[in-house]
Amino acid sequence: MSDLESFRSEVRSWLDANCPPSMRGTSGRPAQGEEVWGGRRQTYKNPEAKLWLERMAAKGWTAPTWPKAYGGGGLSRDEAKVLDSEMRRIGAAAPLLSFGLWMLGPVLLEYGNEQQKREHLPKIVRGEIRWCQGYSEPGAGSDLAGLRTRCEDRGDHYLINGQKIWTSYADQADWIFCLVRTDTSKKHEGISFILFDMATPGVEARPIRLISGSSPFCETFFTDVKVPKENLVGRLNGGWEIAKRLLQYERQNISAGGFGSGFGGGLELEDVAKKYVGEVDGRIDDGDLRARIAEHRMQARAFALTVRRLADEAKTANGPSPAVSILKYAAARLNQERCELLVEAMGYQGLGWEGEGFGPAEVQAMRDMLRSKGNSIEGGTSEINLNVVAKRVLGLMDHQ
Amino acid sequence: MAVLSEEQVMLQEAAKNWTREVAPVTAFRALRDSANREGFDRNLWRQMCEMGWAGILIPESYGGSGLDFLSIGLVLEETGRTLTASPLLSTALVAATALLLAGNDRQKGEWLPKFAAGEALGALAVDEGAHHAPRRVALTARRAGAGFVLSGTKSFVVDGAVADILVVAARTSGKAGDENGVTLFLVPGNHPGVVRTPLHMADSRAAARLQFRDVDVTLDTVLGEVDKGFGVLDAILDRSRAGLAAEMLGHAAQSFEVTLDYLKTRTQFGQLIGAFQVLQHRAARMYTELELTRSCVEAALIACDRGSTDVPALCSLAKARAGDLVHLVSNEMVQMHGGIGMTDAHDAGLYLKRARVSEATYGSPAFHRDRYARLMGY
Repeated sequence: MSDLESFRSEVRSWLDANCPPSMRGTSGRPAQGEEVWGGRRQTYKNPEAKLWLERMAAKGWTAPTWPKAYGGGGLSRDEAKVLDSEMRRIGAAAPLLSFGLWMLGPVLLEYGNEQQKREHLPKIVRGEIRWCQGYSEPGAGSDLAGLRTRCEDRGDHYLINGQKIWTSYADQADWIFCLVRTDTSKKHEGISFILFDMATPGVEARPIRLISGSSPFCETFFTDVKVPKENLVGRLNGGWEIAKRLLQYERQNISAGGFGSGFGGGLELEDVAKKYVGEVDGRIDDGDLRARIAEHRMQARAFALTVRRLADEAKTANGPSPAVSILKYAAARLNQERCELLVEAMGYQGLGWEGEGFGPAEVQAMRDMLRSKGNSIEGGTSEINLNVVAKRVLGLMDHQ
Repeated sequence: MAVLSEEQVMLQEAAKNWTREVAPVTAFRALRDSANREGFDRNLWRQMCEMGWAGILIPESYGGSGLDFLSIGLVLEETGRTLTASPLLSTALVAATALLLAGNDRQKGEWLPKFAAGEALGALAVDEGAHHAPRRVALTARRAGAGFVLSGTKSFVVDGAVADILVVAARTSGKAGDENGVTLFLVPGNHPGVVRTPLHMADSRAAARLQFRDVDVTLDTVLGEVDKGFGVLDAILDRSRAGLAAEMLGHAAQSFEVTLDYLKTRTQFGQLIGAFQVLQHRAARMYTELELTRSCVEAALIACDRGSTDVPALCSLAKARAGDLVHLVSNEMVQMHGGIGMTDAHDAGLYLKRARVSEATYGSPAFHRDRYARLMGY
């Protein structure tokens, strides 16, 4: 047996013994309302979710490829793939959803100093600290580098004043990774990347209510927030490079399944259409809707095949294809289309907001549709994504 | 790009070099402007056969190289880039596949070595109306004595006028629309009673209308089983769709790259026009569609090689996406080139014309969306 095959059987028997029953048979995400984001305020509706996180974290398998020295699993890419496929095989839920795992960790491994890695990475692996992302500002959305949150050197500490917006879950996060302006005379070269505790005096997070009724985002205010100098990551005024690298991880993560899986509550579009529109000889009794559902499903399959192809290619000597930069744009488009089709297929029943006359899946369809409008805005608008493809992949030039 | 074997990489390189050096678009243009009405250049086809391309899918025991669909797809992608017109699809893929899937030893022994050696050409005659509709086969095959009599018309047979052997879908029972009752026949192109009318298509390739005027054929011309031919016809068509989709992928990739180059060289308002965001975004969208389609085409070819159960769905997916892709990219190629793109002297028109014909061949995107939905049970 090859090393990889023996690793596979080891993983399989470990999962068999350690993955609690309620954490199996999922689509890879825990049941709605049972997601574990970790952090100081995490509570568990399902005690097995806690057990599952603890067991996985003890192996370092919440961050399979991170070095063992920082609490990770120390697995090779091939081994991590085996772990992933074995978890998929039994439908194991992700034990931890975490911006720390998806975004901050990878850049700390690359840009953080030894002390920062030792301090933060193990807590991310174990889900002890929940992180939020301080990027966008009221005046700096797509033009992120126009950010103005000031960070002044006060000798033995930094002093931060300013405002962030669209900070996901800032009201529930323990720490923030934040872009701040440390030099006002330059744009990109005046930005630094800094970490601080959300419990520091002067930090305030206010949830923003969205058109969908939900409030995943916050406005976050910083008033004379004192931050220790060792919390700066990388070089002073060298934060833009780190910021961009982190965005790559963010977009990869969004496109690799962030959308789509979470929306629509696992409903199959064609089943919904048959139920609400009716069927004749097993076919949706609305030729136009049927054709558009087929077109959407085919696009979705093309997308899934592309994610898989690009993952296979990334493992070859040539490394990742530049085509990965299309994924976030394509995923946003796809999820919005799916959400719209779901509401459309439900007819009047898809138009309810709450209360009598509407089932939970019907109300959810409307709210998901509304929420999905953000897919082409958050994590870089689709227009910015297309700019990136045009310039970095296709080599098109800036306007003079 | 799928992960390729060493042999496939060599084949791809050979196809790239040959099309670029020997059969560039200028060669196709010269063919179009010549007196040739066969739709391809026999000299170029001979070279392709010498390189073994006609025998890619044909087992070594019949004189081929016994490679796979992904391999012939790589060559078709390259010939799609340069619009190289040849019987590669109709003979080396479609007709060879028909014989491999349905032929008996005698039939395979008679035709496959000739295909591989470039000594015979084949064609598949399916459609009879204005649209691809394999279920609607109506050309009748009436039992008479020890054989059959074929009567009817085939409307749009790729390379039908030049083929030495025709794979003809005929109806031996039931009515148009039924799956049951379809039978495939192997009929020589010059068989008495077969009247072939070459069609002058917009893409300057060879297609023909075939009339079967009480054509007597013997029982041993039946390819596969009587009345049970639809399943194998569908399987042949699926492999043909995947192959054509590979050609269309190359076609789209080339027209996209030519257009992208133009965006980087044409100046207006003191700018390269590629600096205008409205064009950048359209280019980025085309690139997105190209990448999504590439995954579908490769998945379809690989499924054909594995004979997996999702061949029909993946081939419909690939053909539909490839059809939409060449439609989009060929239109943008003309539009982004502006006036020059409207001239016959520019290649954009050649790509546009080929796009429309290939979109319809073996089923339009609308046909395949409908088929995909049926396959998925809605």
